[in-house]
Amino acid sequence: MTSLPKEPPKKKLGLVIDLDICVGCHACAVNCKEWNSGGHSAPMTDTDPYGADPTGVWFNRIHSFEVENEETGGRTVNFPKSCLHCDDAPCVTVCPTGASYKREEDGIVLVNADHCIGCKLCSWACPYGAREYDEDAGVMKKCTLCVDKIYNPNLPEESRVPACVSTCPVGARSFGDLGDPDSDVSRLVASRGGYDLMPEQECRPTNKYLPPRPKKQGGEGQTAPELMPVSDSSAGVIARWVDRFLSA
Amino acid sequence: MHPAKSVIFFTTASGAGYGLLALLIAATIGGLFPADFWLAFAGYALSYVLITAGLLSSTFHLGHPERAWRALTQWRSSWLSREGVMAIFTFLPTGLYGLHHLFFPDLLPGVMALVGGVGIFACIVTVYCTAMIYASLKPVHAWSNGYVPMGYLLLALMTGSVLLNSLLVAFGYAATLVILLAVAALVAALIWKVAYWRFLDSTKSISTPESATGLGEFGSVKLFEAPHTEANYLMKEMGFQIARKHAAALRKIALGAGFILPVILILVGLYLGGIGLIAASLLAVIVMAIGIVTERWLFFAEARHTVGLYYGASHA
Repeated sequence: MTSLPKEPPKKKLGLVIDLDICVGCHACAVNCKEWNSGGHSAPMTDTDPYGADPTGVWFNRIHSFEVENEETGGRTVNFPKSCLHCDDAPCVTVCPTGASYKREEDGIVLVNADHCIGCKLCSWACPYGAREYDEDAGVMKKCTLCVDKIYNPNLPEESRVPACVSTCPVGARSFGDLGDPDSDVSRLVASRGGYDLMPEQECRPTNKYLPPRPKKQGGEGQTAPELMPVSDSSAGVIARWVDRFLSA
Repeated sequence: MHPAKSVIFFTTASGAGYGLLALLIAATIGGLFPADFWLAFAGYALSYVLITAGLLSSTFHLGHPERAWRALTQWRSSWLSREGVMAIFTFLPTGLYGLHHLFFPDLLPGVMALVGGVGIFACIVTVYCTAMIYASLKPVHAWSNGYVPMGYLLLALMTGSVLLNSLLVAFGYAATLVILLAVAALVAALIWKVAYWRFLDSTKSISTPESATGLGEFGSVKLFEAPHTEANYLMKEMGFQIARKHAAALRKIALGAGFILPVILILVGLYLGGIGLIAASLLAVIVMAIGIVTERWLFFAEARHTVGLYYGASHA
């Protein structure tokens, strides 16, 4: 059924992505591709991978944005984006076949590849670009929140998190139940002012983003401390002597 | 949005087919349709060829056409599914009415008028469902508005009435009422199209790079580095963009060929009469087809999706 669950799922598994920490290394995207090449929605087809025009399916892509501000200066923000597992997921309700569905037990949005006709309408309905069409398989693919990993009893407890979370070298990604206000991820969101992407599209995404922290106030402006000039009168005797020697 | 040929053909051809079919039945119920078996046969045949070819072509772009039947199951939530269900249902009352019209015109006239009425209504609902597939997509500002369903219905009426007019003329039954209807529909659709383009040019999506990233409080946001060096599915499918100068030229072609020239041709045909009338009416159909296909191509090519905001678009 492509109708959404009547009651929004109590348990809402999702990700919290900390834009203050992310260093933009793409490791989460690489490990996502690695795990999911053998997972629920495998294969993650690549077309012409070693040729002139390589293209392929990825569930997670890392953008970088430049934020310009005349007063505080510019900053660069690394921005990983994958499926947000929305409460009001339009990709689910537009699906004509019932292949696209949202799980009642944990809110994960999945595609049944055996029923998908490859009409691509779900990818049009998603404002975030979370769904990617597999030209080779003729079906739509998307982030599964590593549904085949997070519940896998053969894995050690600490490994039962999505591949992107377990691989992040800086801990910029957290995984948990965002439907439980007392969970670690919910507390993190509350304490850091976590927010929804494009709330005006009214999809009520589960995944939350944590904003970059304000830059450290360093004296006058917010720029890095200036380099020490060599010839400054406060420099040491030898430095001044070297400077005079070189300037001559 | 990427303009897929199969979808352009589907929406234009089936729209014209449903328009013609509804008008045929309405004219017959109203007692205005000439008692000419071959004229009626040609009318129903043309309608069903357009509708069926359109529907079949819509399955060509599917990754798994053999599973297309599954698309009939989710009518509770999906406009695409509703469109499929209605398209198939519409064959029933309109087909029954067509058989009645052609072969058993004296059988149960009251009941059959009712069946015909249901058929006309089903044609309208089917075209409306087609439009709602697009109008229900909130991320596409150019589609998610009231102009879209209105436009699909108007263009179905317009293309249907121009087709009906040329059919009548070709069989020697030129009718003032149908000429007036065709010209009025062409003018109404022309006004609608110009209003739609003004709407497109003067408004944009409520979503911005700032809301897409949530970084607006820190300043203005623009893409610094894309996630990858090559184009991906999202950029090819949703990020399709047409150069502004090309769009302007294509709009002129769409307006000229789709709306203005057909009006002129129909009126010139009336003035000429005889073989000139037939030639002008048929030419009006051909020119209109070129214009409407251009119009539909632009409907996709000019539409911007919010996903573009993650790939360097300054607005959606």
